[in-house]
Amino acid sequence: MSVLVDKSTRLLVQGITGSAGSFHTKQCVEYGTKVVAGVTPGRGGEKVEGIPVFDTVKQAVKATGANASVIFVPPPGAADAILEAFDAEIPLVVCITEGIPVMDMIKVRRVLEGLKTRLIGPNCPGIITPAGSAAGGCKIGIMPGHIHKAGNVGVVSRSGTLTYEAVGQLTALGIGQSTCIGIGGDPVGGMDFVDVLTLFNADKDTHGVIMIGEIGGGAEERAAAYIKANMKKPVACFIAGTTAPPGKRMGHAGAIISGGQGTAGAKIAALTSAGCKVAPTPSDMASTLQAMM
Amino acid sequence: MKIHEYQGKQLFAKYGVPIPKGYPALTVDEAEAAAKRLIEETGTSVIVVKAQIHAGGRGKGGGVKLAKNGASEARELASKILGMQLVTHQTGPQGQKVRRLYIEQGLPIKRELYLGAVIDRDKRRIAFMASTEGGVEIEKVAAETPEKIITVHVDPTVGLAAYQARELAFALGVNPKHFTKLIGALYELFVKEDCSLCEINPLVELQGGEVVALDCKINFDDNADFRHPAWKDLFDRDEEDPIEMEAKEVGLNYVSLDGNVGCLVNGAGLAMATMDIIKHAGEKYGVAPANFLDVGGGANQEQVTKAFKMILRSPKVKAIFVNIFGGIMKCDVIASGVVAAAKEIGLKVPLVVRLEGTNVDLGRKILSESGLAIQAATTMADGAQKIVASVRGGAS
Repeated sequence: MSVLVDKSTRLLVQGITGSAGSFHTKQCVEYGTKVVAGVTPGRGGEKVEGIPVFDTVKQAVKATGANASVIFVPPPGAADAILEAFDAEIPLVVCITEGIPVMDMIKVRRVLEGLKTRLIGPNCPGIITPAGSAAGGCKIGIMPGHIHKAGNVGVVSRSGTLTYEAVGQLTALGIGQSTCIGIGGDPVGGMDFVDVLTLFNADKDTHGVIMIGEIGGGAEERAAAYIKANMKKPVACFIAGTTAPPGKRMGHAGAIISGGQGTAGAKIAALTSAGCKVAPTPSDMASTLQAMM
Repeated sequence: MKIHEYQGKQLFAKYGVPIPKGYPALTVDEAEAAAKRLIEETGTSVIVVKAQIHAGGRGKGGGVKLAKNGASEARELASKILGMQLVTHQTGPQGQKVRRLYIEQGLPIKRELYLGAVIDRDKRRIAFMASTEGGVEIEKVAAETPEKIITVHVDPTVGLAAYQARELAFALGVNPKHFTKLIGALYELFVKEDCSLCEINPLVELQGGEVVALDCKINFDDNADFRHPAWKDLFDRDEEDPIEMEAKEVGLNYVSLDGNVGCLVNGAGLAMATMDIIKHAGEKYGVAPANFLDVGGGANQEQVTKAFKMILRSPKVKAIFVNIFGGIMKCDVIASGVVAAAKEIGLKVPLVVRLEGTNVDLGRKILSESGLAIQAATTMADGAQKIVASVRGGAS
């Protein structure tokens, strides 16, 4: 089992003819992902890596039965690409693009309300259900596939490379992952920690979770409230940015302490009181979870 | 991106947010001329001379003064403020040099209020906040008397509704017609100009009942710069950290910090976590990060070389920690960049490198064959220990 994606997932790539789109399409195919279609407006009829390209998402879905989309469209057109995927009623949309204006994402978020579609990202590494289990072999995004191992730990994170760090540590300890999801580092995006934790909580093959947060916003505090009330499985956490100065944007648009809100200290306190174990350093993420399981 | 008060007020004027009349000035002569012009045009007896720096708290720091005796007094005040090192609670102890002034008409103020618009990331909407407690730090009001802040959230498909504007107007006790017009203009500005923050503190009610924006703080959403070519002209290099600027120009994320360990990392989260682990391991020995540096997911060798050079140039750096988890970024690219920079400039401080991920063996080989004195670390924790030991060894 896994959450959201498995080897039966049929993937569509929006922006497949761009350099990032074509490069990562190849990587995903090599990992075993079923990439069934690509979309680039005006390039319909072409092929990339043997995959048919369409002008519109609706055409691609109709012709191929795609049920997930990954977006590599550059920032000026990225929000529009997300809306196009929503309109085609694709159940899962993963937006990798970094640098989308927050005003665009506020509109996207509003349109998402009430839809069945789930959005992951933007500004995220994507989602992977590692190869090697009955469910596994689906990589949607830009993460290095080879560091993963199939197993029973769910990973959810606002940061890309810190997700790889956690996965690398788990795999080194011989602990596999059910599904790993990078929810992205932007202030306004799709699924948040609570959405993903809810899925992990219900997945019988996920036995424990590593959750990686960072400074800024209140998503970790909301996750703590959810965990306290509902979570049946151990959750180990790490919060990046304990040493970050207030008022400075630390790379991610979302990673900023402003008006005394969003500090690492407040997040760590909330998660600890919810029964999570917070890793003292980023080197201890996997060992902290291992000790809880 | 931040802009100056006077630039923000030019946007206010464009969208129809009422402001006092004023002119920017770069010299004392310009300041005097602006004061004369304001006296002629408005008949005002009070001229306000305001330092233009990006930090808040200018008034308390002595950067805002009133001239009640005509243009010659305004000139005198301008000569004192222009060029001063203005220290506020937001500048840090070193302060910020005043290079620009704004000369403004004084107004008969009845009450000072607060109005701000921000992106509320938890509600995923634009939030307007208003308070009768104007002219003080809103963070303080929020902490001490949160009931005095009234907030409305705007549905992006509808825009700011008239009832929401009225709700805030009645809470502030100001003329709803005047206020609705002002806040409508402010909402339009916020959306069209891709703001991330727009704050009027204080918003003032005049003796005659009009509401006017006495101050203006605007931040833009950097992600939207591709659709705002005008931002280039609003950008003030003097207000920025020169190394952070240089980094931005080559596509790197750099933030200067106070410590002594230079950091080069890929990915924002990992870069923050690297700072954290250095401080965790080294705090009691006075070892701390000198910078946040994220070279991004797809940096090339040239960018890595430039990043490494920037770190090497800082005199406060006593050791360097390179921490890479290669995904898209290949370890051999990082290794080649580091070696090229170190050979070009010369490596005078200890260097600890932790490589993991894609092409890690090739990367490690490049480092070990470089002939440079590089300490290899197996994990982040191992790297942090080695960094702390290096700085302490160098200090004794």
